[in-house]
Amino acid sequence: MTQLVIVDTACANLSSVRFACERLGVEPVLSNDPAVIKAASHVILPGVGTAKAAMRNLHQLGLVETLQQLTQPVLGICLGMQLLGRWSAEGEVECLGVIDMQTERLQVTDLPLPHMGWNTLNISPEHPLLRDIPDSSWVYFVHSYAVPVGTYTIASCQYQQPFSAIVQHQNFYGAQFHPERSSQIGAQLIQNFLELS
Amino acid sequence: MLAKRIIPCLDVRNGEVVKGVQFRNHEVIGAIEPLAERYALEGADELVFYDITASADARVVDKSWVERVARLIDIPFTVAGGISSLQQAQEILALGADKISVNSPALRNPDLINQLVDEFGQQCIVIGIDSFYNAETGQYEVYQFTGDESRTQKTQWQTADWLAEVVARGAGEVVLNCMNQDGVRKGYDIEQLASLRQACPIPLIASGGAGAIEHFVEVFDRADVDGALAASVFHKQIIAIAELKQQLAQAGIPVRQ
Repeated sequence: MTQLVIVDTACANLSSVRFACERLGVEPVLSNDPAVIKAASHVILPGVGTAKAAMRNLHQLGLVETLQQLTQPVLGICLGMQLLGRWSAEGEVECLGVIDMQTERLQVTDLPLPHMGWNTLNISPEHPLLRDIPDSSWVYFVHSYAVPVGTYTIASCQYQQPFSAIVQHQNFYGAQFHPERSSQIGAQLIQNFLELS
Repeated sequence: MLAKRIIPCLDVRNGEVVKGVQFRNHEVIGAIEPLAERYALEGADELVFYDITASADARVVDKSWVERVARLIDIPFTVAGGISSLQQAQEILALGADKISVNSPALRNPDLINQLVDEFGQQCIVIGIDSFYNAETGQYEVYQFTGDESRTQKTQWQTADWLAEVVARGAGEVVLNCMNQDGVRKGYDIEQLASLRQACPIPLIASGGAGAIEHFVEVFDRADVDGALAASVFHKQIIAIAELKQQLAQAGIPVRQ
C-alpha cells in the first residue's frame, strides 16, 4: 500500500505538493520525523528557497543521514532535486550526495532569470517515471540554478543551455520543474512515481 | 523553448471577482473558484488574483479562498493584495500560492522586497508596478493604492527608476500595469513596455489594455515581454484562450498548447 511522506523541510511550500497528491486520491503524511520517513513507501522532498537554507534546515532537523539511507523511491522537486546532488553553487553548499551531480547557476546572456514559465521536456530513453509523458511535453519551471546534463539525466530542457529536467540514480529521482503545477503532465509524473516500487 | 505566458487576472473584492474601468466603477463578474477552474482548463498558463481593496484598506486578503484555489487548480498562481509583512507572505504561501505580488507596501518600505526574497526565495516574489503616463510632463509615474480611487496617489518614483530599484533588491518578476490603458481594451503600452524590457533582466509581464488577439501578438512581438496579463477580455469571453494561443503560434510566438 502506498504510504507517501512529504518531508517537511520547514522552508518549503508544502501545500501545493500535498494538494496535487490529494487530487490523485493519495493522502500524504507531512513529517520531519526520521522514523516516519523511513517507514514510508514513497518519499517526496520538496523545496523552495535556497540550497544553503534548505541544507541548514535538514541538518538542524537531523534528517541528512535519514534521507541518504532511504531505499524506497524518493522524488526531489525543484530545489529538492538539487539537494540530491553532491554540491550546489547556490550558497556553495554540500548537499545530500545521493546522485553524482552538482548544481550550477544558469548562464544566460539575453534571457531573463529566473527561468520562469512553461518549457518542454526532451525525453530520450523509455523510463517508468515517464510513462505516458510524450516527448516535448510542457512543464512549469521556476529556477535560476540547474544541474548540467549527465549520465543521471532522463529528461532535459533547454534555456540557452541544456540542463537536467528529470534525473535518476537508483531509488532517487528528481524533477527540476514543478509537477504539482504542471497540469496533466505533472499529475502523470506524480502518478508514475507513486507506482514505482 | 520557454513559452510566452497567457495570464488571466482575477481582481478580487469581498471574495468575488470584479472588474473596473481604469481602476474605477467595479462590477461583479462572479465567484472565484469556477472562473479559476475554467481558465486552467482552457489553457491559461498561470493566474493572478489581486485583492484590489486590500492595500487601500490596510488589511490582508481574505485567505480562505487561496487554499480552495490551490486545491482546485494545477497551474501556478500568484496572490496580490496588502501583503506587507513576512508573516502575511508566509501565510499566503503556506496556503498554496506559488508566488506573492507586492505593490504599495514595497513603495512604502522598499526593504520589504529584500526581506521577502531572503526569506522565501527570489522565485516567488513578484513586484507589481502601476505606471501612469503623464502627458503634460511626458514621464511615466508610479502610483500607489490604486485599488481605491479615493486613496490613489502619485509617488515620487519614475517608473524606470523604480523598476531598477526592485530588480536591484532581488525581485523575481515584475508585472507592469499601464494605468492609462487599463480596462479600455485598446492595446498594451508597447512603447513603454519595450523600453522597460531593455532594462529588466527578470521576467516582465505586461498588464493593461488587452482588447483583441492582435494586441497579444503585438506585445510579444514588439515588446518581448514574458507574459501578458488580461482580465475583461477573458471574463467577458471576448477572447477564447485556445484561439488566442492558436493565433499566437501561427504568428511564430512560442506558446503552450
